[in-house]
Amino acid sequence: MTASVLTRPRTAATIPSRKPRRRLGLGRPIPFGAAVGPVLLLTLWTVGSAVGWLDPRTLSAPWTVVTTAGDLIADGRLQENLTVSARRAGLGLAIGVLIGTVLALVAGLSRWGEAILDGPIQIKRAIPALALIPLLVLWLGIGEQMKVTTIALGVFVPVYIHTHNGLRSIDSRYVELGESLRLRPAEFIRRIVLPGALPGFLLGLRFAVVAAWLSLVVVEQINSTSGIGYMMDLAREYGQTDVIIVGLVLYGLLGLVSDGAVRLVQRKALSWRRTLAD
Amino acid sequence: MATHAGGLTATRTVHVQRLVRRFENRTVLDGLDLDVGAGEFVALLGRSGSGKSTLLRALAGLDRDVVGSGTVDVPENSSVVFQDARLLPWQRVLPNVLLGLRGTDAVRRGQAALAEVGLAGRERAWPNELSGGEQQRVALARSLVSEPELLLADEPFGALDALTRIKMHGLLRELCARHRPAVLLVTHDVDEAITLADRVVVLDGGRIAVEVTIDLPAPRSHRQPQFLAYQELLLHALGVDQTEG
Repeated sequence: MTASVLTRPRTAATIPSRKPRRRLGLGRPIPFGAAVGPVLLLTLWTVGSAVGWLDPRTLSAPWTVVTTAGDLIADGRLQENLTVSARRAGLGLAIGVLIGTVLALVAGLSRWGEAILDGPIQIKRAIPALALIPLLVLWLGIGEQMKVTTIALGVFVPVYIHTHNGLRSIDSRYVELGESLRLRPAEFIRRIVLPGALPGFLLGLRFAVVAAWLSLVVVEQINSTSGIGYMMDLAREYGQTDVIIVGLVLYGLLGLVSDGAVRLVQRKALSWRRTLAD
Repeated sequence: MATHAGGLTATRTVHVQRLVRRFENRTVLDGLDLDVGAGEFVALLGRSGSGKSTLLRALAGLDRDVVGSGTVDVPENSSVVFQDARLLPWQRVLPNVLLGLRGTDAVRRGQAALAEVGLAGRERAWPNELSGGEQQRVALARSLVSEPELLLADEPFGALDALTRIKMHGLLRELCARHRPAVLLVTHDVDEAITLADRVVVLDGGRIAVEVTIDLPAPRSHRQPQFLAYQELLLHALGVDQTEG
């Protein structure tokens, strides 16, 4: 009814003097809306490079970047550095997730654990993992150990925070149920605590994956001799803008793909949930 | 919490003596005594805030941090049905029934329990795929699969619609006849109490104020003149004066 009034052409003489209602909502979603911005950016970049507004030393043309990527793949440098980076990020992620989960369980399941652990972790949270690098270099040197540790330190905090929060927001009615069924502590943890905290854990994991790539970028540009970050840093010294951009695109893709993977796991693991999004 | 009083008779399943429960400075249960015989179905009525749930929680051992005293003697093997079905949403129906159940034939027993409540074949459904009545039937299966000596039910049908409730009454009666647990059913529904129970107790002032043995042949219904007599008696005990309404 209202819609027909709104869409009626203004010129029609039959329109009553009343003004059509102003639309306050956002209206219908744009098809492929998420792609509009990136495509526009890519177009501007392409046009800018083609016309010559963009100095190749400032920003290489998209086709240069594509050919450079091809060359890097052909001589194996890209794969080699990517493997090293992925191993670092993966190892740091695994260690960080494990530590974060264990700490969250300890702090979430015992008052003493919370009293002892939660404060220091909140303090750690206020200090960016990257600010610890000088200290870590002093302690661990500049080798793999330092890099993986830095990544793990950046990863465990979001895992801890969200898993702990997930644990604490488990409905007390389920705790009561466990008590009334005389569940053993191990059964209680396996059947009620862990699945109940899973949504929180998976949310933490999404942040953790991003944190892992973020820390990776930084550690690889400090005293590194391999990895994507090193490749980019080297390119900076030789003024190879195209290689730097290949690295940036790679980081972006890695972030997107890994986040997508966690979201997929999330959807599979939480299929029992019926939420607003379904 | 459960202290074992000596000299229990074999036919007594629940023995509560001088039970006191206090919240803040309000005494909810004030020296309450209650015995439930083996296989006896007792309905507990009371106005809201009269301490029905407090008593049930005391019997279920779910009130550890509460101020109080008294003797509560209940069998180790007792189970609770809550007002909400309280199924774990992240587990399918069968694992929900098996929660806390031990033994090699647990799965078979769980399936049998589901069949008993009319849910055979729904083992792999998620709880939120079931209707409210079906969820409560799963909860019943879960509470009976361990063959408890005592079933504690806290307004288990309170959230169901009238039609479903009538069906659940039939089911509960059937299950109790087969498994013979002692039952303590907390309810605010006088008709439900008369329909189901062998004995109805009314809680008032922190104690059992009125106790009525229901002597009605099955199937019980409003058409029985004594039913209405019990109804009037219990409503009066609850402070509802029907002549006014």
